[in-house]
Amino acid sequence: MSRKPYLRKMPKSWWLAQRRYTSYMAREASCVFIGAYSLLIVVGLHRLSQGRAEYGAFLDALQSPPGLVFHAAALVFALIHTLSWFSLAPKAMPLQMGEKTLPGGAVVLAHYAVWVVVSAGVLLVARV
Amino acid sequence: MAKSNKPIVWSLFAGGGMLSAFVTPVLIFITGLAVPLGLMSLDSLSYDRMLVLAQNPFAKIVLFAVIFLPLWHAAHRLLTTLHDVGLPKGRIAMTVCYGAAALGSIAAAVVLLRI
Amino acid sequence: MTEATLQVEVLRYRPETDQDPAFQTYTVPYHDDWVVLDALNHIKDNIDRTLSYRWSCHMAVCGSCGMMINGEPKLSCHAFLRDYYPNKVRVEPLTNFPIERDLVTVTDDFMEKLESVKPYVIPKQERAVDEGPHMQTPAQLNVFKQYTMCINCMLCYAACPQYGLTPEFVGPAALALAHRYNLDTRDAGREQRQEIAASNEGVWDCTFVGECSQACPKSVDPAAAIQQTKIASTIDWYKALLKPWGKR
Repeated sequence: MSRKPYLRKMPKSWWLAQRRYTSYMAREASCVFIGAYSLLIVVGLHRLSQGRAEYGAFLDALQSPPGLVFHAAALVFALIHTLSWFSLAPKAMPLQMGEKTLPGGAVVLAHYAVWVVVSAGVLLVARV
Repeated sequence: MAKSNKPIVWSLFAGGGMLSAFVTPVLIFITGLAVPLGLMSLDSLSYDRMLVLAQNPFAKIVLFAVIFLPLWHAAHRLLTTLHDVGLPKGRIAMTVCYGAAALGSIAAAVVLLRI
Repeated sequence: MTEATLQVEVLRYRPETDQDPAFQTYTVPYHDDWVVLDALNHIKDNIDRTLSYRWSCHMAVCGSCGMMINGEPKLSCHAFLRDYYPNKVRVEPLTNFPIERDLVTVTDDFMEKLESVKPYVIPKQERAVDEGPHMQTPAQLNVFKQYTMCINCMLCYAACPQYGLTPEFVGPAALALAHRYNLDTRDAGREQRQEIAASNEGVWDCTFVGECSQACPKSVDPAAAIQQTKIASTIDWYKALLKPWGKR
């Protein structure tokens, strides 16, 4: 019997075929906004170094409609990143207590707790 | 198969991912949404306040970390995402992604030192 | 009384006559305690003797009957018709593997990768028989036990898009198997396994999609094994960097 194995091509749109693959892509796409936001901070600091007028223009740009749209989208994707990162954290750090492994939920909860504390801290510094 | 040098990039990816997971949402909220939503005064981001902050050496280090690590995280993730959607993970893709992160990092350092 | 029936659409491929695979639909009786494998056995026994597929235990322990069922990698003995009825059930061979014939895939690549990670205890020193067995506490066993549960069913390779994109990727099961031995207190072979596990085609091709662990019928969680290996390999790398005078 002659063999003729058939290799199926992987479609370029593989990530659209299943909902979980698409969620993965959304998580990966968050990097565009995370990266863009880092660059935004650099621009802001640059404007700060240039002087009062330039920095004022930067603040105005932040509050402009495109600025708001960007921030809204960036926040959505930043939250996708945060939530997905936290949910995967237990897999990277198994904690053993005696003969049993700590349930993943505990690790996730700890991440959320730290997140709340850090966010509250930053907000306090910003307001003061 | 030789042992990879991926760890160096991956540790930046992991560090940046961790930092941005904790810190980026609240920062985005502050710079973009808190003021228009009326939850914060624009004075919080005023020129004078920000200048004092940015001139503090400790704050410079923190600001650099907050820019640098998420930038490299994003660069690495972008590279793998481009590969996922069909672009080859070749020299060009790597130069664009990591190059952009490098330029951003240098720009951040220069600006922070100048303030 | 008319019997309830279900349509099963199977991807057929006969290398001696077919250029490309094509679907063939069969009508099978519906029983609420039947699995897809029962439907396939019914087809082979009563309708079409030429249908080829692998199976053995019919109880999700041998790992033979992995197939794509409505686009999801599943063990056909572990996929109940009642979860699909009255809709059509589409059965295809596992994704990312070449098709040998009908639902039978070419598994050579998988086998080679399993072997490549040295899946056996490599002790620091050979132990004489009269020294007795290795001793291990329940706590030590707990560290690696879940990774011993792999039944080599390859559902994780079918689920993994990185394996699809980069066939050189060592893959979830093989890397989980390496991790199983690395975590075993009887073993001292992690350094040797790193040649494969820490290579570019090892853990570094993984982007933590996580579908491997989702597909695994034995809750092995290969994704966790890979992430832990990435961290351990990274720590190794920095240690080597900071201690160039260390043992090499």
